[in-house]
Amino acid sequence: MGSGAVELYLPGSEGRPVLLSPGFVREVEDLAGRMVSRCYQCKKCTSGCPAGFSMDYQCHEIIRLVQLGARDEALRSAAIWLCASCRTCRERCPNDVDPATVMDCLKVMAAAAGVPLGRRRVRTFHRAFLATVAALGRAHELGSIALYKLAVPGAALDDLGLGLRMLSRGKLKVAPDGIKGRGEVAAIFRRAKARETRLRKRFGRTGAAEGRGGHT
Amino acid sequence: MTERTGGNEKYLYYPGCSLHSTAEEFNESMQALLGALGFVWEELSDWNCCGATPAHAQSEFLGAALPLRNLILAERQAETWDRPTGGAVELLVPCAACYSAFRLAEHEVREGGERGRELGREVAEVMGRPFEGNVAVRHPLEVLGRQEAADRLRAGVERPLTGLKVACYYGCLLVRPSEVVSFESDPEHPESMDKLMTLLGAEPVRWSYKTDCCGQSMAVAESGLVSELTGRIVRAARGAGAYALVTACPLCMMNLDSRQKPGPGERALPVFFFTELACLALGVGRPEAWFRRHLTDVRPALEVLEAKQSASA
Repeated sequence: MGSGAVELYLPGSEGRPVLLSPGFVREVEDLAGRMVSRCYQCKKCTSGCPAGFSMDYQCHEIIRLVQLGARDEALRSAAIWLCASCRTCRERCPNDVDPATVMDCLKVMAAAAGVPLGRRRVRTFHRAFLATVAALGRAHELGSIALYKLAVPGAALDDLGLGLRMLSRGKLKVAPDGIKGRGEVAAIFRRAKARETRLRKRFGRTGAAEGRGGHT
Repeated sequence: MTERTGGNEKYLYYPGCSLHSTAEEFNESMQALLGALGFVWEELSDWNCCGATPAHAQSEFLGAALPLRNLILAERQAETWDRPTGGAVELLVPCAACYSAFRLAEHEVREGGERGRELGREVAEVMGRPFEGNVAVRHPLEVLGRQEAADRLRAGVERPLTGLKVACYYGCLLVRPSEVVSFESDPEHPESMDKLMTLLGAEPVRWSYKTDCCGQSMAVAESGLVSELTGRIVRAARGAGAYALVTACPLCMMNLDSRQKPGPGERALPVFFFTELACLALGVGRPEAWFRRHLTDVRPALEVLEAKQSASA
């Protein structure tokens, strides 16, 4: 499948030529298991999206980018990370496109492709949360917040007052809660990791490591 | 389908990580309520985290495989019981996020075609046995809405919540995607919690934000987004005349309870788990201890309740 630069006017590209990958929509459909090409831009997803006010591209625009093959625009967008997975779009889509699942798929592809992430700190939080689950079998809020703050410059003082109030009310456990079957949980994580490695081989670009670009 | 009610069947119970940390008051009030209504249950042994939003955002496989381990454990545990009626054991999952993850994982294995079969195979290899589908995942709101449980609840009310106007807030995870998770007749207009509050003597208000999103796990990395979303929900509840918000989700509770910014002359709107209000009405458990864990002062709602109760007495 070839790709070519096309003069395309997108809200985020301001007339800069956007590189199109015609095969992108099939890749997304294959990975997400959703028929993105069915979307006819009715915008019901965007109308109901609670996080739309914070997004660079609206929900139906992300879907359109995928249809057009504007791979980089979609994968570098902040919108895919600001989707809170409320699934209002999935509920209301007349074509069963399920944009929330497509957003998850684009997150996975963006991480695998090694492009600069539109909201890297959201992924950093996900990874911090999952690191405690992988190690213990259960989530440990205090541990994941500590890992997140260590990884994100300038986040150390965010919500500090709230954290202290939660600690004083016993809402943040200091001692983690581990399970006996953590070996099974670790095996599940290893299998997920093997899939990620396969995806990185498939979508990654030479020389591009995850996390290029700073936290935004 | 046979109607099964509290007391006759033994249930499995999955608390999840939030109910062991940020939302211990939900765990305690849930169990106090189930106990008062004659339910019998056993906690799922050695349960693991459902993975929540971070898991499905990182890997579709991870988001389904973590809950699936718990479903296999549930089958194994129920096999050791003496269950003359057979059939699927009901697994109670009070946390809306865990409930949603469990239902979606179960759906993927059953209906997910080749992808679902591969998921099932891989987790079976890890666990040494497959998931056979003998577990029915239930949210307590569904089970408490069944006739016999509702009758017991009505009969058990010692101190009706007369005059307490509440905005029942369902959030996302109990209703969407409706074809997989919902037990409501209209998922865009759920009523299970409203009905339960009415049984307790409270007055649910009509409002439009029952199923709007609070921002879920974005609270840490995108707190501005969550403040905006929770602000809309609180304003809508207040505008509808509610003295309190009621929730069935520990993430909704966390966001609504911690991020309110009341305007001049306003007091923050108290937020309760539905189980806390049920225990208060039934006179069971330790509501005062639970309320002390809340970040938003619950007294404004309790003061209204006391004033209305003494006026009607």
